[in-house]
Amino acid sequence: MTAAVAIEGLEVVFDRFRALKGVSLEVREGESYGLVGESGSGKSTLLRAITGLAPVASGTIIVNGKTLGKTRDKAFYRDVQMVFQDPYGSLHPRQTVDRLLQEPLAIHGIADGEKRIERALDEVGLGKGFRFRYAHQLSGGQRQRVAIARALILEPSILLLDEPTSALDASVQAEVLNLLEEVRRRHKLTFLMVSHDLAIITHMCERLMVMQNGEAVETLTASQLIGHRVSEDYTRNLLRASEGFVRTA
Amino acid sequence: MSAETIQSRREWLLSDRPASRLQARLGRAYVAWRRFSANRLALVGMLIIIALVLVAALADVLAPYSATVGDLKNARLLPPSAAHWFGTDDLGRDIYSRIVYGARWTLYVVILVAIIAAPIGLLVGTVAGYAGGWTDTILMRITDIFLAFPKLVLALAFVAALGPGIENAVLAIAITSWPPYARIARAETLTVRNSDYIKAVQLMGASPFRIVLRHIMPLCISSLIIRVTLDMAGIILTAAGLGFLGLGAQPPLPEWGAMIASGRRFILDQWWVAAAPGAAILIVSLGFNLLGDGLRDALDPRSGDQ
Amino acid sequence: MNGDTLLEVDDLRVTFPTRTGIVQAVRGVSFSLGRERLGIVGESGSGKSQTGRAIMGLTPPQAEVSAKKLAFNGIDLLSISPRQRRSLRGNRIAMILQDPKYSLDPVMTIGRQIVETLRTHEKVSRAEARERALAMLQAVQIRDPARVFDLYPHEVSGGMGQRAMIAMMLITGPELMIADEPTSALDVTVQLDVLKILDKLVAERGMGLIFISHDLRLVSSFCDRVVVMYAGKVVEQIKASELRDAQHPYTRGLLNCMPRIGFERHPLPVLDRKPEWAA
Repeated sequence: MTAAVAIEGLEVVFDRFRALKGVSLEVREGESYGLVGESGSGKSTLLRAITGLAPVASGTIIVNGKTLGKTRDKAFYRDVQMVFQDPYGSLHPRQTVDRLLQEPLAIHGIADGEKRIERALDEVGLGKGFRFRYAHQLSGGQRQRVAIARALILEPSILLLDEPTSALDASVQAEVLNLLEEVRRRHKLTFLMVSHDLAIITHMCERLMVMQNGEAVETLTASQLIGHRVSEDYTRNLLRASEGFVRTA
Repeated sequence: MSAETIQSRREWLLSDRPASRLQARLGRAYVAWRRFSANRLALVGMLIIIALVLVAALADVLAPYSATVGDLKNARLLPPSAAHWFGTDDLGRDIYSRIVYGARWTLYVVILVAIIAAPIGLLVGTVAGYAGGWTDTILMRITDIFLAFPKLVLALAFVAALGPGIENAVLAIAITSWPPYARIARAETLTVRNSDYIKAVQLMGASPFRIVLRHIMPLCISSLIIRVTLDMAGIILTAAGLGFLGLGAQPPLPEWGAMIASGRRFILDQWWVAAAPGAAILIVSLGFNLLGDGLRDALDPRSGDQ
Repeated sequence: MNGDTLLEVDDLRVTFPTRTGIVQAVRGVSFSLGRERLGIVGESGSGKSQTGRAIMGLTPPQAEVSAKKLAFNGIDLLSISPRQRRSLRGNRIAMILQDPKYSLDPVMTIGRQIVETLRTHEKVSRAEARERALAMLQAVQIRDPARVFDLYPHEVSGGMGQRAMIAMMLITGPELMIADEPTSALDVTVQLDVLKILDKLVAERGMGLIFISHDLRLVSSFCDRVVVMYAGKVVEQIKASELRDAQHPYTRGLLNCMPRIGFERHPLPVLDRKPEWAA
């Protein structure tokens, strides 16, 4: 089994602030891997470093066997796509869904655009009726479906998910999570998913890494976490917190 | 058209689920139009500008006399009358006809300045804002240099260097009016540059050129259109000022600023010679300002997407 | 219900005029509150926040609020003058909002804001106000109150800011506290600390608490009673301990659709929204 993403000693520095302090991980092909942590843990920075949106100070990132340099070429973006956290901010306010989905196809010079757009919309459960709407005519969940369609339209093998449901209502979250599982199964995708919510990560991922202050705390399988077989106190704290408020009186 | 068809057309335009690109675009334009037309003064402004365009287009029909050849013997400095609505000037020319033809020159100046200055400002601003770093510093310092001079003084210097004439006046005004547009476009670019939707396009592998041209510029255009419209009055006044100083339109062109300049000599005894073009400038400037305010309500991206 | 009734809400309605017509954000909400913890739960657009704001008197001016009864301790909130309303607000009724960044004044130190709040409602000397503010900061478990007193809001973390906010709201000793998503912007571990503080203070002072949140599970673990809202209406009122026996399909759906550690369900059950829920 080869690694889809292999990261070794990754450091990210923003203006002297070390957002990631030497993190290593390996995501197998076809696996769903979770990154859990609180704000400032560096979990989103790690995704951004892979895509080239965050400056890598040192360390190596290998994606599908290719070591990434300073810049990413077009081929990279056909392999790796990302879904952002805020569905209200990730769609261009002046473009219709049609335009949004056409853009990646135009950039990569893909010919059968019409068919792909219709297929992508069907796949995320939106259908043709949504094709010519603007972002402001869509609900949060529908926007996130469009964002997923946009990520899938280039047929990538790796999908990076940055808190894809944290801005959504619980019932909509369930729908989007189900959709993500479904497209993963259908396209045999590799997921690297970031969330602050342990329950979502154990639901979606086979393995996960707990992060704090830019460092890895521990790496677990979902079943270890479910069975509370964790070795670090921080993880235990997170587990306890995820069970809701407990009155101690 | 019956009330029902109007109603169904409105529903088609406002539909939540447009069926084609055209319907989506028209729907969006219709919403903007409804916001615009809710503002009565903006409608007045638009009517003034439409009237200006019509007068300029139909000048040959509307003007009873020639704009450049007068009747020196019989019609010098006549007060307003049925034959000469706004009176005649010192060369016996009909002032009403000159104002009608002058509308052409006013439009000519305004449009040329807008299509030269706005794209320069847009390009400089968006490129500086998106690229950041050295590109930003260099482009914005050049902008600052232009902004450091009073507009009219700088325009005067350019006209003095290029030689008087309306084309050079247009060029001079255009050269002096792009820097504020560059600043607006840069500010707008900075607010959207780090948004997720621009990042999303970057993650598709789009080139910086494509991002600026297709994703950032369309977002800057509405605030630029608003600003340019509001500036139109200033452009007209600068052109009039240059004309007044003898550096803009040259006689016998019926340019409004130059007309005021030549009427200045008789302003106490034959007030109408200067008053008529003055009123024309006032009304058209007011029209552009009202229109600009209305466009701000209709196009402002901050209020425009809900 | 435990003891006297603090707040009575009967048929509360909030409507907003918009370009496309009138939007009814709250459509006839009724409940009463004693000295207890009441949770209001709903998804975005359910009208839960507007309900809280209407009680507080913070509805935007263009909106219209009406109710058969909206009484706090027997005072009819809709008929008193704006001045009386203001003096109630902050003094006897307090509100905590989601993000302390937006509700604290950025150009005033935390300590001064607390002192100002106290002095607008009570005649106390500067020195005494300072003493009480420091004691209050201590009560919300800020370790070094004297230091935090002189800090500006941007100099403290989200959790610290929210504690300062709670301190500011509690300093006047209100009888009713409305907390609108008080911990949603915080990290999970910090969230529980803040809730613990809030819980302790509310219990000690015998206050009534309205806890508004989208998180049904959190609310049910924290509150005594839960009001579930959907599309501007109350669909169910239930004791938190009996939530598992909730009758309304919406409440049950909300409980079910969240992933839980140790309960594997693929796919997750989704909510099948019925139009009659909103009717």
